[in-house]
Amino acid sequence: MRYRPTFIIMLGLVAGLSLGACKREERGFRVQPPSSTTIDSKSLTDLQPGTQTPPPEIKNEYEENAYALSEGKRLFSAYNCNGCHSQGGGGMGPALMDERWLYGSKPAQVFATIVEGRPNGMPSFRGRVPDFQVWQLSAYVRSMSGNSPKDAAPSRDDHIQGKPPESSAEPVPVKDTSIPKP
Amino acid sequence: MSHRGRPRHRTTRSSHATRFKCLWWSLTVVLFAVISANASSQSALDPAGPQASRIDGLWRLMLYLLSAVFVAVMVVLLVAAFRRRTQVNDQPLKPVLLDTDPGQDRRISRTVISAIALTIVILFVLLVSSFLVGSAINSAPVNDNVLTIEVTGHQWWWDVRYDNPIPSQMVTTANELHIPVGRPVIFKLISNDVIHSFWVPNLHGKTDLVPGHPIETWMQADRPGIYRGQCAEFCGFQHAHMAFAIVAEPEEQFRAWYASQLNSAPAPSTESQSRGQQVFLSKPCIMCHRIQGTDAGGRAGPDLTHVASRQSIGAGTLQNTREHLAGWILDPQTIKPGNQMPPNPMSADDLNALLDYLQSLK
Repeated sequence: MRYRPTFIIMLGLVAGLSLGACKREERGFRVQPPSSTTIDSKSLTDLQPGTQTPPPEIKNEYEENAYALSEGKRLFSAYNCNGCHSQGGGGMGPALMDERWLYGSKPAQVFATIVEGRPNGMPSFRGRVPDFQVWQLSAYVRSMSGNSPKDAAPSRDDHIQGKPPESSAEPVPVKDTSIPKP
Repeated sequence: MSHRGRPRHRTTRSSHATRFKCLWWSLTVVLFAVISANASSQSALDPAGPQASRIDGLWRLMLYLLSAVFVAVMVVLLVAAFRRRTQVNDQPLKPVLLDTDPGQDRRISRTVISAIALTIVILFVLLVSSFLVGSAINSAPVNDNVLTIEVTGHQWWWDVRYDNPIPSQMVTTANELHIPVGRPVIFKLISNDVIHSFWVPNLHGKTDLVPGHPIETWMQADRPGIYRGQCAEFCGFQHAHMAFAIVAEPEEQFRAWYASQLNSAPAPSTESQSRGQQVFLSKPCIMCHRIQGTDAGGRAGPDLTHVASRQSIGAGTLQNTREHLAGWILDPQTIKPGNQMPPNPMSADDLNALLDYLQSLK
C-alpha cells in the first residue's frame, strides 16, 4: 500500500501534537525534602571567625515543580497564613508579593522564617509543619513575587481571586532589607 | 457462533438446541445474579427509603419490559434466520418477488405497523413512568419534622455538620452520619474544592456537590441499618476511597448518639493518654484536625473529637482499629496515595501514647 505525502505529513503533525499530552512532571506523594541539609540551627549573627565564607546556597527544587507550588498554595490557606499575610498582600503581617524581604529572600531564609518564626508576630512552625511542606510553602511564597518559572507557578485560585495569579506576577527586584541573616 | 472448520450444512438440529440452551442459561444466570444481589449494604436494588423504592420500581419495570422486548425480538429474528425455504430436488431456489402476492404484502404491512405502534406505546409507558418517578423523588418531604445536615465534600472525605439554630447544639463529625428512622433528612451539599457527588444507593439517587453552589436534597430511611455511600463523580486520585456510612437508627438511639456527640472530648484519664494528647497538640496533627475541648481547632481535616466512635478511618478506606490507625498516622501516603495528610514519623512511645489518646475519644 502506498501513502500520499500529505498523509505522512498529517501523521507526523498528529504525532508531534500528541507530544504535548505527555506527562509534564511526576507528582511525588511520599517525598523526601528536596534538600538533605535541614536547617536545624541558625546563627544569630553574620560575624564569623576569620574571613567571611558564605555557606553554600541551598536550592529549593520545588520552585520548578508545579504540583509542589500548588500544594504550597493550598497549604498557605489551610495553615491560615492568610490570617496575617492575606493572600500575599499583607495585613497584620507583612506583604509577601512586593520587593521587600525583611528576613531575606533566599529559599533557605524563607524556610528558616517559617520554621523558626520571627520577632513581632511570626510564630515558629517547628515540629508543626513537616519539612517538605515548609519547602513547598517557601517555594509558593517566592512565586508570589514572580520568583519562580511562570509555567510552574499556580495560574488560578480555588476561591475568589484577590490578586492576579502567581503565574502572571512580574518578577520584582529583590530588596533585602535583612536584619540578621540566618 | 459458527464453529470454524466445520462445514455449514452439517450443523444439525440438536446442536442448534444446545446453543440455545447455553445462551438461555447464561442469560438467566446473569439476570438472577442481578436481581438477587439484594443483601448488600450499598445497593439500589435493596431500597430502604421512599425515593429509592420508586427508583427501584422504575428499574424493575424497565428491566422486565425491556427483557420481554429483547426476548421477543430475538425469537422473531431467530425464527426468520433459521426458517428455510423448502428446496426441491437440488433445483436452485427461485427468487421470491414480494409484489407478486397482494395477500403477503398486506400481512407484512400489518405486522410492521403493529410493531411500530407497540414500540411507541412501550416507549410512552417508559417515558411517562420515568417522568412520574422523577417528579416524585424531587418533591419536598411531606413530614415537617425534618433534620438538616450540612455535608461538605473535600478531596477525599466528607465534612458533616448537623444544623441547629443554637450554635452550641451543632454537631460536627466526618464520614459517618447518624440519622433517625422514619424522619426526612435534608442534606445541604457543598464542595470545598472540585465537584463531588453524594450517593447512598439504598436511600436515593445521586446529587452533585458543586463548589460555590449549595444544593439541597432529602432522603429518609424507613428501616434501621447501615447504608454505605460513595462519591459518584470522579474527583481526583482517591475518588474511589471517598466513601461514607449512613447509620439509620430509631429516634431514641439517635438522640442518645447526638447527645454524646455534643460533648467535648473526654479529658485524658491515664498518663499515657495525656502524653498522647501532648503529642497531638505539638505535632503536625494540630495543624489540620479539631478536637473539641482542646486547643486543636483546625478545619482542614476531619473532626476527631469522637473519632473512636466511628467505624472507619480515611473515609471508609480502613476499619477503625488500633493497627490501622497506627499505619495511617505513620504513613497515610502508602494507604491512600495523594491524600492531604503528610507522613508523620515518630517514636514508638509517642505513637503508642497517641493511639491510646485517640482511642479514648469515644
